[in-house]
Amino acid sequence: MVQLNLPRGSKPTTGKVHKAPAGAKNIKTYKVYRYDPETDADPRWDSYEVSTDDHGPMLLDALIHIKNEIDPTLSFRRSCREGICGSCSMNIDGRNTLACTKGWDECSSHNITIAPLPHQPVVKDLVTDLSLFYAQYDSIQPYLQSDTPDPEKERLQSPADREKLDGLYECILCACCSTSCPSYWWNQEEYLGPAALLQSYRWISDSRDDATQKRLDDLEDPFKLYRCHTIMNCAQVCPKGLNPAKAIAETKKLMVSPSRKKTAA
Amino acid sequence: MSNTPTAAGETGDRTGRYVRHPNGHVAPMSPFTDIWRWHMTMVASILFRVTIGAASVGAILLLGWVAATASGPDAFASVAAFSGSPFGLFIWFGLTWVLFSFLLNGARHLINDTGRGLTIKSANLLAQIAVWGPIVLAVLFWVVLFAAGKVSL
Repeated sequence: MVQLNLPRGSKPTTGKVHKAPAGAKNIKTYKVYRYDPETDADPRWDSYEVSTDDHGPMLLDALIHIKNEIDPTLSFRRSCREGICGSCSMNIDGRNTLACTKGWDECSSHNITIAPLPHQPVVKDLVTDLSLFYAQYDSIQPYLQSDTPDPEKERLQSPADREKLDGLYECILCACCSTSCPSYWWNQEEYLGPAALLQSYRWISDSRDDATQKRLDDLEDPFKLYRCHTIMNCAQVCPKGLNPAKAIAETKKLMVSPSRKKTAA
Repeated sequence: MSNTPTAAGETGDRTGRYVRHPNGHVAPMSPFTDIWRWHMTMVASILFRVTIGAASVGAILLLGWVAATASGPDAFASVAAFSGSPFGLFIWFGLTWVLFSFLLNGARHLINDTGRGLTIKSANLLAQIAVWGPIVLAVLFWVVLFAAGKVSL
């Protein structure tokens, strides 16, 4: 749904302030988005004053410290704590990133705002409902489709063809890019978003895949692909340094390439 | 904890994700524009949108000027007098800014559509040019017009 501002009931109010103990040094204030679906009516911003001496170097360390020592009701997703599972994606200091790979000393302000991934339904606190994001990934058929019979061993690929997948296969589906995109904010029901389109291009680029033209057919729609207006937020925030905008531009080029052959409807 | 679907049309959401929570409230939408720290590329994109709107207004003004020309000398004289007034010149300055913004942003998109200029560094540079370039070019354009005596206050 197109929503330029937060709807009624979604605007966070000012919440509790958890003061640091007297005498604590090197204090940072973490302003964290809170919402409890069982008790609270509206979301709120709670502030936690924490000494950075008490936790590790990453924002995830700070959140775990807050949950363990100050407020056990705080909810967030996390797993690998090394930037490979994509669970702890959230908006930190105004930009989407992974809490586990973002150092608190990298943040520009002294008061660090921590919010859920933008423009998504909130399940609880920093946890959002990403079911649409996953359905969009599913819709691009992210698996090999070949016309040739299965070989006895693996399907071979030249080193040069394999290199074409660099910068594409590393995506961890953290949703930082898609939920950073204003086009996705306002058209997420129709526009597939940068993550799904990057993965679509990953399979389009794969020399072993024979469904290239069908994949392009599936994207030929006013919204699914063409809602990308090269705003570049996706590439600006990707915690893995990938560039969905470039992949989308390459897909658009293939759409009008002389080699393009529409498959039968 | 159980979440129930909201009534049809209640939230405008067609994906069924904005469910009603046990506290009786619909799942809130997470903040977006009010928390985002803008990138230069985002600024360029939004400004381009604004200039598209402004260019539409400019097209209407241009049509008014053509209509006045067709209506006769009196109508044309009054439009010309307004155009030459300080407020009129301010509007024309704004429209030249819009025109240059259109040209530079169009060029930016043309480059991007060829798959170039899409690294963060080059995209930021193109965005800087598209944001500041039109102001510089519009000022230069009017300085030349004034210097050449084509317009005066």
